[in-house]
Amino acid sequence: MIDRKEMNAIDKKQNKSLPWRYRRQKIFFGAVKLSALIIVLALGGLVFYVVSNGLGAISWEFITRPPTDAMTKGGIMPAILGTLYLTIGAVAVGLPLGIISAVFLTEYARQGKVIRLIKVGINCLAGVPSVVFGLFGLGFFVVFLEFGSSILAGSLTLGFLIMPTIIGAAEEALKAVPQTFREASLALGVSKWQTIFRIVLPNALPGILTGSILGIGRAAGETAPIMFTAAAFFTAKLPGSIFDEVMALPYHIYVLATAGTHIEETRPLQFGTVLVLIALVLGIDLIAIIIRGYVRKQKRW
Amino acid sequence: MSRSQKEKLIKSVFFIFSLISVIILGLIVFSLFREGLPIFKKTSVYDFIFGMEWYPTADPPLFGIFPLIVGSVVVTFFATLIAVPLGVLSAVYISEIAPRAIKEILKSSIELLAGLPSVVLGFFGMVVVAPWMQETFDLPTGLNIVNAAVILAIMAVPTISSIAEDALYAVPREFKEASYALGATKLETIIQVVLPAALSGILTAIILGMSRAIGETMVVLMVAGGAAALPESIFDSVRPMPASIAAEMGEAPYRSLHYQALFATGIVLFLMTMIFNLIAEHVSHKFRQTASGSL
Repeated sequence: MIDRKEMNAIDKKQNKSLPWRYRRQKIFFGAVKLSALIIVLALGGLVFYVVSNGLGAISWEFITRPPTDAMTKGGIMPAILGTLYLTIGAVAVGLPLGIISAVFLTEYARQGKVIRLIKVGINCLAGVPSVVFGLFGLGFFVVFLEFGSSILAGSLTLGFLIMPTIIGAAEEALKAVPQTFREASLALGVSKWQTIFRIVLPNALPGILTGSILGIGRAAGETAPIMFTAAAFFTAKLPGSIFDEVMALPYHIYVLATAGTHIEETRPLQFGTVLVLIALVLGIDLIAIIIRGYVRKQKRW
Repeated sequence: MSRSQKEKLIKSVFFIFSLISVIILGLIVFSLFREGLPIFKKTSVYDFIFGMEWYPTADPPLFGIFPLIVGSVVVTFFATLIAVPLGVLSAVYISEIAPRAIKEILKSSIELLAGLPSVVLGFFGMVVVAPWMQETFDLPTGLNIVNAAVILAIMAVPTISSIAEDALYAVPREFKEASYALGATKLETIIQVVLPAALSGILTAIILGMSRAIGETMVVLMVAGGAAALPESIFDSVRPMPASIAAEMGEAPYRSLHYQALFATGIVLFLMTMIFNLIAEHVSHKFRQTASGSL
């Protein structure tokens, strides 16, 4: 046995006395809290800066009128509309495909080589850079399938871009449905497909939708994938069909901020457009986060 | 049609649809190679990747993307340097230390940060950070490596933080309890027990964060400055690969050499991110098999 005195001596030698250990812990916790604070401040500062600079530009005219005077005055209505079209198109492509993939992976698939391949494929797709998605959209939809630069090509590109996010969200929601629900249904003689369609999917749907909304926000805010596939610098008319080009909020910001001879003069317009985009995207995300918190609390099982 | 036949049919239909991700991945490769490979009839692969001169519109044009690759690597490296401590430490705070209410706020903030459109961050870097940096450090331009790295780090932090947090959360409770029972403080438990146990998950998080940063387009397009030359200091402008593709594709005539060279740059970028993803995939797969069964 080592007595207490000796132990203290050893502790001191290794510089491991209790007060010192706690002081070290305090320093570390301080660093950890600081890093969390920096993140919150980065988000808060950015949003505050954009809101305080952009609010002045926002008016009813700004949101409902097209740009005038070579885009140095007027509103951004065509860009808002274009972003809505593209986002709806992306959801129409990505949501059903994503949900079907997730149902197969959680309800039908057994461990095996093919399943592993699909999962690796999904993860790789999630990691494809957005500009490469843009090249893919250009090379495949615009050029190879001859859609031209259009809402259709842009929606398909964005839809496949957000599909991995939706698959992930849907898988999680489907896994959260208790196994007993499925067993009870199967025990009543209901077929597997009907169990999925009538029991599993309805219970998972709120989770799937809120999870997917985060992907939808991404579709609304992406720029690089639509630069070569859908977005136009300026359109005189609103799009008439899915084969028309559109203006879009993210691309409009990029154009106003980097191209042309009136970059400084149109700063207020730029901040206004950024504010509208942020309000749209973060608004969508925030609603999803709040609904999700509510659904989690209300869970019936 | 009997019931079991119908079930089988439905299962096959679902299976075919779930292959779509793999098919799309294949189509991406197909499109990139179809449009990009013809450039290698004019320049060798070696000259393309290690060529020092990127003058795509000169006569004769020169397609050497080495400065672009270096631009991507340098910006990603510094972004990682900033994002890893922030991401990992915030993940530790969320999963091990923070009280419930702060945890919820922090997680939501990180999710919102992940949702910020890249063009907005690029705009912020251009309009706010660049003039400030130019004035404060008396630089020729505020659009440079440091600025791009800081903004990219903001984009990579949510990826790193959320994946690292999942990994930390998955560390079995017993590990921590055993450590406390031996008299370890919370810090000692975190550093010597929790972090090592979650190490492969944290590595995955870092690799995916880097992959996100190297492929990010709008930020480097708007903030990195756009000089296609090897940088000499961290306050020099660079032209990372995604920026070059996005900036020049609009002007490159259809199926010209320039157009093909940009697609070929896309191939290089795609392969680099795929390597990152496959490493992450490999690391996290190993981690999944050993996490709770390693006792």
